[in-house]
Amino acid sequence: MEITTKDYSVWYDPEKAAVFFKGFLRLDGMEAYQPIINILNIAAENGPVITLDMKDLEFLNSSGISMLSMFVVSLRNKGNVGLVLKGSNKVLWQTKSLRNLQRLMPSISLELG
Amino acid sequence: MTQIFGEFIEDLPLTEEYLTISFSPSSNARNLRWSNYGLSADFLGDYFATFFPGPSDQTDELGKQEVIKSSVSYIANELLENAIQHSDLSAESPIHISLYLYNTRLVFVVSNSATESKVKRYIEFIQKLLTSDVDQLYTQQLEKTALGYGGSHMGLLTMINDYAARFGWKFEPSLSQPEVVKVVVMAHLDV
Repeated sequence: MEITTKDYSVWYDPEKAAVFFKGFLRLDGMEAYQPIINILNIAAENGPVITLDMKDLEFLNSSGISMLSMFVVSLRNKGNVGLVLKGSNKVLWQTKSLRNLQRLMPSISLELG
Repeated sequence: MTQIFGEFIEDLPLTEEYLTISFSPSSNARNLRWSNYGLSADFLGDYFATFFPGPSDQTDELGKQEVIKSSVSYIANELLENAIQHSDLSAESPIHISLYLYNTRLVFVVSNSATESKVKRYIEFIQKLLTSDVDQLYTQQLEKTALGYGGSHMGLLTMINDYAARFGWKFEPSLSQPEVVKVVVMAHLDV
């Protein structure tokens, strides 16, 4: 399952239980993120632990951060799926904003490398 | 009546380095304009990064240039997104974004026109922001957004909480169109 445009790609790899993000994501509001939320929800169905690998995601706007927070809360409410967030110390927004998602779900494993 | 909130400076000091981009009120599809705002935000980031030292030899930390580029790009993009979301398209007013470079700070100034009703809701949020603990408000709004409530102002909150930007606002009723308010947002970023 994959979405690819000239600006970004998002794809789910069931074998790795991981969703990969790449490029620049600045969609127009939360509604525009629905196709990506659908991919995340499918990945969450196949738990018990899923990884969001965002190391190659160079830009995410605040609507995208809202999308991630919505997904995190849905996982928290499920209660039986763990979440690993993989980011990069070389991408500023990831060093600034990713750890805030732990406020919503303290059990998130955050790996910034 | 003109209303001013936060760290708003009426007459910014002169600086040799500044840049303004203006977007005409356009009949182009919103998705095309949206893409242009992103490109412009990236351009501002690239342009102002050139005034700062380049990459260092340290491999595990971001260099100053990269930090400026990414911070400017994020903040400019969020300010432009907010401006178009709140703009009153019927007023046919342009959106302007200016960026001024000083010794220790960058100042962003964005202006657009909005309807009175949108401005009223915006001012209510600003007043809440100015009297709240931002850290707590951020968590509250993040949770609110996650539960699907719109209008959570996450753009503004991420700029303040994650990038340490400081804000000022001016709301000035239009003389020619009484129901239209000119909104000027100022963001200060220490560099």
